[in-house]
Amino acid sequence: MPTSALTAKTASLVSCTACHLLVRKHTGTTDSLGQCPRCGATLHSRKRNSIARTWALILAAFLFYIPANLIPITKITSMGVVKTDTIMSGVIYFIATGLWPLALIIFVASIFVPLLKLLILTFLVISVQRRSNWRPKDRTRLYRLTETIGRWSMVDIFAVTILIALVQLGAIANIEAQKGVVFFAAVVVITMFAAMSFDPRLIWDTKEPEDACEYPA
Amino acid sequence: MKVGSFMACHDCDLLHRIPVISEGMTASCRRCGALLAKPKQNSLERTLALAITGLILLVMANSFPFLGFKLHGQVQHTLLLTGIRQFYASGMPWLAVLVLFTTVIAPLAQLLALIYILLPLKFQRRSPGMFYVFRWMLRLQPWSMMEVFMVGILVSMVKLAKMAEILPDVAVFCFMALIFVLAACLASLDPHRVWEHWEKNGCRHQH
Repeated sequence: MPTSALTAKTASLVSCTACHLLVRKHTGTTDSLGQCPRCGATLHSRKRNSIARTWALILAAFLFYIPANLIPITKITSMGVVKTDTIMSGVIYFIATGLWPLALIIFVASIFVPLLKLLILTFLVISVQRRSNWRPKDRTRLYRLTETIGRWSMVDIFAVTILIALVQLGAIANIEAQKGVVFFAAVVVITMFAAMSFDPRLIWDTKEPEDACEYPA
Repeated sequence: MKVGSFMACHDCDLLHRIPVISEGMTASCRRCGALLAKPKQNSLERTLALAITGLILLVMANSFPFLGFKLHGQVQHTLLLTGIRQFYASGMPWLAVLVLFTTVIAPLAQLLALIYILLPLKFQRRSPGMFYVFRWMLRLQPWSMMEVFMVGILVSMVKLAKMAEILPDVAVFCFMALIFVLAACLASLDPHRVWEHWEKNGCRHQH
């Protein structure tokens, strides 16, 4: 395991988050480091208030996750029969009608992925707060995973968009969106922001000498 | 120390000296494995060509009906925008905004931004504010969800298959082509090349 590797931060440099240009940090300035001379992005050694922001967004997402799964997302009228569906009842319906692959897609995208993402982020934030040294490389991989999979949760929302657009035949067949979709969309968007506000470089900061790894305020 | 030849890993902040790497090779962080640089062949030209193709497909995908729904002799044709309008009509304006943003505005803005930056760059010119535009274009990336939308189309088609006859229309094929073009376009884009190109030519052509 490498001991106290040379990072941009320990070398008094700042890497621009947008264009990756290395900029020399001026001594004396603590928080505001000005703008990147190349692309104009605001420079930060680490994302600002990363831990606090990520926590706030994780908690908000957990909160919305409950109504998102309990409140119906669609109301289907077929030949005068009205039926409301939650995300889970949609999955169960697909299993009952033998459409296994579809049930699996919806279950993974809408139920499993958001929850997995929230749990991974919670674990990462706690591990950073406890200055854990446990497998930083794998934790960074977990972070990259949360960044890539989050968007796929939108599948259900897009499916509902198409369903309500297509099926508008009054009493014969009609599909309407219900409030559950709004909560579900909130979960997806908030978890995406949560992943963006977490700074994976904090995972590695514990490896550097004490004086160099003060937390960004 | 010449700062320009060094680069910090965006995932773990480790400093690296980036050697000249030839096209087709990749540079990864030796500590956390993140991709640092991946020069691509004819990056600017390829991205530009694909961005223009993508723009044409995107306009087509949104102008033509994309699915038909046939039940008891009644056929209902829809545009992508119909569903968005439907969300708005049923009192969920924010959902309408979200879907519109992720399926139309974000991909459109990305393509327009790429053309705005790369076309002048091809002729060694710099468009005003291109770095501001490029930065925002990269930021939009996670919000452009065309490929997710395609899976959404498949899910809804299977769901309705038992209820009625689903007729795929012109726009669905445009959508499918668009997903591949968009993916190829962003895969052939090498952001570092764009930044470097500006550093090399920018100063000469500025003012």
